[in-house]
Amino acid sequence: MKVLVPVKRVIDYNVRIRVAADGSGVDTANVKMSMNPFDEIAVEEAVRLRERGAATEVVVVSCGVAACQDTLRAAMAIGADRAVLVATDAELQPLAVARLLHAVAQREQPGLVICGKQAIDDDASQTGQMLAALLGWGQATFASKLELSDGRAVVTREIDGGLETISVALPALVTTDLRLNEPRYASLPNIMKAKKKPLETLTPEALGVDVTPRLITVRVSEPAKRQSGVKVADVAELVRKLRDEAKVLR
Amino acid sequence: MSEYFAPLRDMRFVLELVGLEAVSALPGYEEASADVVDAVLDEAARFTTEVLSPLNAVGDRVGALLGDDGRVTMPDGFAAAYRQYADNGWNGMGCDPAHGGAGMPHLVVAMIQEMVMGANMAFSLCPLLTAGAIEALSLCGSDELKRIYLSRMVSGEWTGTMNLTEPQAGSDLAAVRSRAEPQPDGSFRIFGQKIFITFGEHELADNIVHLVLARTPGAPDGVKGISLFVVPKFIPEADGSPGERNDVRCVSLEHKLGIHASPTCVMAYGDDGGATGWLCGEENRGIEYMFIMMNAARYAVGLQGIAVAERALQRAMHYARDRLQGTEAGAGEGERVAIIRHPDVRRMLLLMKSQVEAMRVLAAATAAARDHAAHHPEAAGRERAQAFVELMIPVVKGWSTETGNDVASLGVQVHGGMGYIEETGAAQYLRDARITNIYEGTTGIQANDLVSRKIARDGGAAARAVIVDMRSVVAALEASGDDSLRAIAEALSDGVAALERCVGFVVANWRSDMRAVLAGAVPLLGLFGRVAGGWQMARAALLAHERLAAYDSESAFYRAKVVSARFYADHVLSQSSGLAHAVCAGAVSTLDETLA
Repeated sequence: MKVLVPVKRVIDYNVRIRVAADGSGVDTANVKMSMNPFDEIAVEEAVRLRERGAATEVVVVSCGVAACQDTLRAAMAIGADRAVLVATDAELQPLAVARLLHAVAQREQPGLVICGKQAIDDDASQTGQMLAALLGWGQATFASKLELSDGRAVVTREIDGGLETISVALPALVTTDLRLNEPRYASLPNIMKAKKKPLETLTPEALGVDVTPRLITVRVSEPAKRQSGVKVADVAELVRKLRDEAKVLR
Repeated sequence: MSEYFAPLRDMRFVLELVGLEAVSALPGYEEASADVVDAVLDEAARFTTEVLSPLNAVGDRVGALLGDDGRVTMPDGFAAAYRQYADNGWNGMGCDPAHGGAGMPHLVVAMIQEMVMGANMAFSLCPLLTAGAIEALSLCGSDELKRIYLSRMVSGEWTGTMNLTEPQAGSDLAAVRSRAEPQPDGSFRIFGQKIFITFGEHELADNIVHLVLARTPGAPDGVKGISLFVVPKFIPEADGSPGERNDVRCVSLEHKLGIHASPTCVMAYGDDGGATGWLCGEENRGIEYMFIMMNAARYAVGLQGIAVAERALQRAMHYARDRLQGTEAGAGEGERVAIIRHPDVRRMLLLMKSQVEAMRVLAAATAAARDHAAHHPEAAGRERAQAFVELMIPVVKGWSTETGNDVASLGVQVHGGMGYIEETGAAQYLRDARITNIYEGTTGIQANDLVSRKIARDGGAAARAVIVDMRSVVAALEASGDDSLRAIAEALSDGVAALERCVGFVVANWRSDMRAVLAGAVPLLGLFGRVAGGWQMARAALLAHERLAAYDSESAFYRAKVVSARFYADHVLSQSSGLAHAVCAGAVSTLDETLA
């Protein structure tokens, strides 16, 4: 069985995000970029499936600028077998990405797609769900455990107040939660080997997908600055302030 | 907070400046293309930051411990981290692919080594010693020894040690007394005690391969009667698996100022009838082999000086931006400001930063030369590079470790009283740094090597060749028409003149007044490092200036680089003539017999 894993190139999680001066978006000039951490978990899970014989091939796919190749190479250093880049400089919104991935999935015919549950840049958490709908497949989102048996995926999901275990028929789409696994560090030989693994480049045009944005970003702004605190003399004053000023007590 | 972040941006700049491209073009280094190197540095940065750095403080606090049973226990987390380090191929990054290494160029290995050392200096010593032992075995081991040991040491499955020092034989190895008695089967029985054996005992790996200096019966006195032996902790079976426990034991661990998680062992050989060992190379040539591999070890210790200085700098920068004290000088009343606003704190931070950058680029230029010396397609190219390497090894080792100490001390100073408190972390860097200018040859030993073998022996030829290169950079700075670059040119020009004067002094007086030259050897080493670092910082400023003129999008980084180079010129290079005076005129008082 082939596993398809979409990966997104995002601002590195260690970087302090700055809003562009004109409020049009986030400043990405000379900012360190890396693989969306949830996607890294997805790659790791797919590679583990292959390592224990439950999958035969792991294909990673990324949509975006040419530099997404670095992200794909990083995924291949973890252990993915080959990569597909859908190259475009256009702004990509979740629906457009889902359509591109749908077209790639139709070419690749995977038995399982594993996505990150969301990307840490826009936190949209839409692409996986949309892709499952486009494919007409079952979906198991926010997985913290994944097992394959008898043509089904048994997925444990983290939900409010507990765990839910569901079983979906394959082919299916799974999105990963933080606790699904702890991604490995790539080894030096595998980083070097990743350079030699196949990377195919496609375009939205070649896939016949219109990626024109449907949403307009009106404005991006910094969160309000935190006010500095005050020292209260006693509990009575604290209670009074919570009631009269913060209005959190009645 | 006592985290470490690999200085990737500066490292990438340095790789560009010293010519990674030319190194990758050398035969044998084709795999080290820019994109692969980029990916490798990224992953090394992640691993060192996330796995090794968090163990630095606990390693210091707990340290390696020796039990009554002679077993050495490492602090929690070290075993798992070492396994990961080895499994992920970092141990063999610079080793020959024929033995399972990745064959990365010295230049790239140096960057990754700096990250490992910066993240956790005590940890870094284990692979450092293994690398030295691998080099010695590759150099002089028989095919049989290589077959049994090399691939297992490259993979990190087994680690290595270097056993040179004995209580009476420190810097003076001629006094080595350990004995090796030949056996009918071709092996030897080793007897003696070795001290200061780094990672001499631990359980991070399945076996430990000790390389031991000892004398065979009837060997000549002095350094020409010392041979090198391979003595494994567990004697390998025919299939190479670790077998019977050898007669070598750790009898004590030293209590040290720093690097507490690096077990410094007293090793006893042959207390129980003799440790089994095998001769490595030819009899009586042990010291010679040591000297050949010493370059690599000395270079690596130089990197430790840089690495610990970088970490101290990061800690100090963080604190100076965070700590609010006083108001802006000259502003009268006002809000309290972060101490980074205070002029003297800025001076300390820039003194740290500019010297770290200068040391890093000089070390990288030396690493690139090591690559050219080993892989350049033409003999003349190899020789030229090797001459530069030989000259620079004592400078990189001596100057980077002395300056590393200065920087770590400044790191404490920036923190004020908080820096003297262990919990802050700055004190550990200072304690850890203090060994770097001692082991693998003290600064005095490096300076003697510099003046005698590297300057006097060839009549100053190699040094003068570098001086010619330095002057061409001065000319380029002058031609730039930029005020900052011209100020750097002036300071560099004065520094080069001071260096040239000292080289002339050494060459002129070495035969007639060796003691006078040696009295100024350490100041000369300091001057050499200072000026060579200034030369490389000037090259950095030229490249940064070029980028700024081209409206590069990273203008903040490049502006900071020019400022750093300017600061270095005004505060560090400017002291060159004082050092030159100490070199050329300082011996009169030093050698006065009133000090007895």
